[in-house]
Amino acid sequence: MATQAAGSVSTAPRRSRRLSKNRAREMSGQAGWTVLGWVVGIAFFIPVLWMVITAFKPESAAETWPPQFTFSPTLAEFRLVFSGMGPFIEHSAIATIGSTILVLVLALPAAYALSIRPVGKWRDSLFFFISTKMLPVVAAIGPLYVIALKSHLLDSIWLLIILYAAMNLPLAIWMIRSFMLEVPGEMLEAARLDGAGRIREIVEVIMPVVTPGLVSTALICVIFAWNELFLALNLTVTNASTMPMYLISSVPQEGLYIAHLSAAATVASVPVIIVGWIAQRSLVRGLSMGAIK
Amino acid sequence: MAAVEYQQASRVYAKGAQPAVDALDLDIQDGEFVVLVGPSGSGKTTALRMLAGLEPLDGGRIVIGGRDISDVQAKDRDIAMVFQNYALYPNKTVADNMGFALKMQHVPKAERDRRVRQAARILDLDEQLLGRKPKQLSGGQRQRVAMGRAIVREPKVFLMDEPLSNLDAKLRVQTRTQIAELQRRLGVTTVYVTHDQVEAMTMGHRVAVLSGGKLQQCASPRELYDNPVNQFVAGFIGSPAMNLLTADLTDAGARLAGTVIPLTAPIKTTAARDKLTEIVIGIRPEHLHLHLADAGQAGAQAQAGGAVTASLSGEVLLVEELGADALLHVRLADAGGTVVARTEGRQYPGPGSQVTFRVQPADVFAFHPASGARLAA
Repeated sequence: MATQAAGSVSTAPRRSRRLSKNRAREMSGQAGWTVLGWVVGIAFFIPVLWMVITAFKPESAAETWPPQFTFSPTLAEFRLVFSGMGPFIEHSAIATIGSTILVLVLALPAAYALSIRPVGKWRDSLFFFISTKMLPVVAAIGPLYVIALKSHLLDSIWLLIILYAAMNLPLAIWMIRSFMLEVPGEMLEAARLDGAGRIREIVEVIMPVVTPGLVSTALICVIFAWNELFLALNLTVTNASTMPMYLISSVPQEGLYIAHLSAAATVASVPVIIVGWIAQRSLVRGLSMGAIK
Repeated sequence: MAAVEYQQASRVYAKGAQPAVDALDLDIQDGEFVVLVGPSGSGKTTALRMLAGLEPLDGGRIVIGGRDISDVQAKDRDIAMVFQNYALYPNKTVADNMGFALKMQHVPKAERDRRVRQAARILDLDEQLLGRKPKQLSGGQRQRVAMGRAIVREPKVFLMDEPLSNLDAKLRVQTRTQIAELQRRLGVTTVYVTHDQVEAMTMGHRVAVLSGGKLQQCASPRELYDNPVNQFVAGFIGSPAMNLLTADLTDAGARLAGTVIPLTAPIKTTAARDKLTEIVIGIRPEHLHLHLADAGQAGAQAQAGGAVTASLSGEVLLVEELGADALLHVRLADAGGTVVARTEGRQYPGPGSQVTFRVQPADVFAFHPASGARLAA
């Protein structure tokens, strides 16, 4: 009994030392990754933080070297931004919401026809949709301009709604499709046996299950449409110009403007940050295209 | 309620492939509980889905209540199905789940409620569960809701696709009897699919054994057990499975493990007609009667009760204790193969001991070594 105890005493510390060594290595490795994660995260966050801070500075304090960390915060630049951005916010909101609704209305049946009851050649269709995203927009802007001009849609909010919908549709179809693939087949069969027609099947059985997916799809469409600059810049002047265009136009030709630009950029970012925050979890799920279950 | 008839019903998934269901002929009486059983890939689920209207027919017909429904849509067949994973609608309450089919048939709300409540009562589902979502229920409760969804419809036929496979063992046995009892009470024609032969034997009025898309035999559980038509059915029905051993044929009988097992006259006649030199013999575990713990007279033939019996001897490899009795895994002498024997009573030899079993010729099944067909009962 005594020898046994002595034996176990002599081996136990050795084993635990080896274990702790392994564990220490494991932990230091983890710590390394954590530090790297924080460094990268901060590197991405600092410029944004700097933008927000600068927005509260008076113009004179915004552009100094070395950068000024103590200053008396002011809302002057925000006041200036708010005074001029009314119509731009309105245009952006209409174009964003209008295009997103249009996207959902079109993507939902399309995704259904590519997942739950796949049409012939659904793979080709799916690839076609995503391939439309491969052409650089710059290459299409010329013809788009001509079409808009001929159809009297230049500088019209309708043009932006249509173009933003077209821009987001492929992604929306892919995302909603991935959510629909997760709807259990047995449930659809049960609905068929229960006598649900196609419309009932979609509205009463599929929709409730994919709603989180629809929401995240809508949110990502909102973000993309809200941030879009290139099309708005080239196809609108005043009647339909959006928030990103306001950011550009608020830069004066001469004089100091960093604080003003920061304030405008901060205001423009707020909706995106809110929407992104809401959508983040389902976004990851939707973008992984049903790969993780 | 209605009778169901499969008439040469076939389903081929891919061109040139083996049919999943091959010319199935099966008559199911009005009010009967028929179990389709078979290993995976036997076509049992496909056969059920053909009846449900979830799989098209590639040949033959299916008739429900005298009406050919081969080309009728699933929702117009007046059948209800319980799925393996229950397939409840996650966003609907239990009551709405159960009443959904009635809603689709435009049954008024009051009548719907009445029937849902009635079904809940039949299934012993607490009324307060009716307002819950499926996610808030236990596995057993979900299973009952799935049953309730079928009952509420008052269909001509119930279809059940392995409805117990997601329950734990104890609950499965409990629910098994409940379903059988419920079916008897409601008297609705029921087709039930399972891969579990115990479930099939205990629940069905008749059991249809399928293999490779073909119906092997459809009979009462007792008949299947006592008179299997071929080696597949013999090996599939019964737990533990029938011992199947290949043996050389001699004038006296089948030579196995250094002894000769006498065969009945009809078997001998059939074997002689087919000019067989070897046959597969089948002996159920309970028909191996433990004779001597010490195999001093291995290979000897003994006279017992006037009938000629054979003595099979071997060495116990393993004992599976079941409580009431035990299973002996025995390696037969002369490389005769391994057999499983059910002991009578609780006294049995341990591993390593030599044992001898007595076998009555009437208990010995014989099968064709190539086709597997039973050689004359």
